Amino acid sequence: MTLKDLTLNDSELLARAEAWAKAGRGVAIATVIETWGSAPRPVGSHLVIDSEGNFEGSVSGGCVEGAVVAEALEVIESGQPRNLEFGVADETAWRVGLSCGGKIAVRVEPLT
Amino acid sequence: MNLDDLVELNRRIANREPVAVVTALEAGLEPGDRVVVLSPEDISSQFYAEQLSEAFRTGRSGLVEVGDRRFFLNVHLPPVKLIVTGAVHISQALAEMARLAGLDCAIIDPRTAFATPERFPNVMLLAEWPDQAFSRVKPDRYTAFVALTHDPKIDDPGLIAALRARCFYIGALGSRKTHAKRVERLQSQGFTADEIARIHAPIGLDIGAVSPPEIAVSILAEIVSAMRAKRRAA
Repeated sequence: MTLKDLTLNDSELLARAEAWAKAGRGVAIATVIETWGSAPRPVGSHLVIDSEGNFEGSVSGGCVEGAVVAEALEVIESGQPRNLEFGVADETAWRVGLSCGGKIAVRVEPLT
Repeated sequence: MNLDDLVELNRRIANREPVAVVTALEAGLEPGDRVVVLSPEDISSQFYAEQLSEAFRTGRSGLVEVGDRRFFLNVHLPPVKLIVTGAVHISQALAEMARLAGLDCAIIDPRTAFATPERFPNVMLLAEWPDQAFSRVKPDRYTAFVALTHDPKIDDPGLIAALRARCFYIGALGSRKTHAKRVERLQSQGFTADEIARIHAPIGLDIGAVSPPEIAVSILAEIVSAMRAKRRAA
């Protein structure tokens, strides 16, 4: 793996999602749709996930990606989108909170 | 989103066309009604036309409420271009760093000993004079222009084109003495003091940079600062 693979920008992530789908994998695209307070990644940032659990990109710089990937696998399975929220005010923050104290909303869309 | 829409979205992004993905957030919609891919010319027929046109203008993605419906507008504007005259040591580092920062970079240098693919493996390299190169890589308001050759024959035509195109960032390497001479030459070309003052010289943020990669950091930091000026002011 090269440095380039580790630092795909959001356009390249969408191209990666396209390549995965064309290779026959189930794909979901997670997008930061709202942020409150200090959030590590801006609105519009993507995390792309395939049906094997592979992922590229980030919605929080590493804090909640694991939880988003788990949700995304269910989104791929069901074909139904989900809205997720993460942050200190959220109960799940005890498990997967944002260390920066911010809060983010993430939309997970299946690629159909 | 369906795969056809994603393919179309990626095609427009690759062509440097502005494009938006609009997602309707209420539950129960069919995929085709939920996510659409739109260009600025498709806006007028949409009932969130005003919000989408504002998003295209500012480049800011976000949630909007229209009536009792919520939409997420994700706008993709063409990435900022970086055009550099001078296939020099600093540009080797700057080209790599700019790529990591998501900028589309082009290096121009008619001196073929400098402008070799071995020295610049991952970047658009134009071994020609700026006036020729600019017919292919046009500077515009979304362009940062950086002059690094120290040679007025190469840098000046680039600076002149960058000033005329109103590039959002223009920087030129060289000491204050070198720059004073440059100012005189540009004045004799008819540029006003205000126009010439748009050139950042000495180039780069003052971080005490010494090595070529460090100077590249200071230049890239100054470009990002200019790029995000509106966001910082807001």
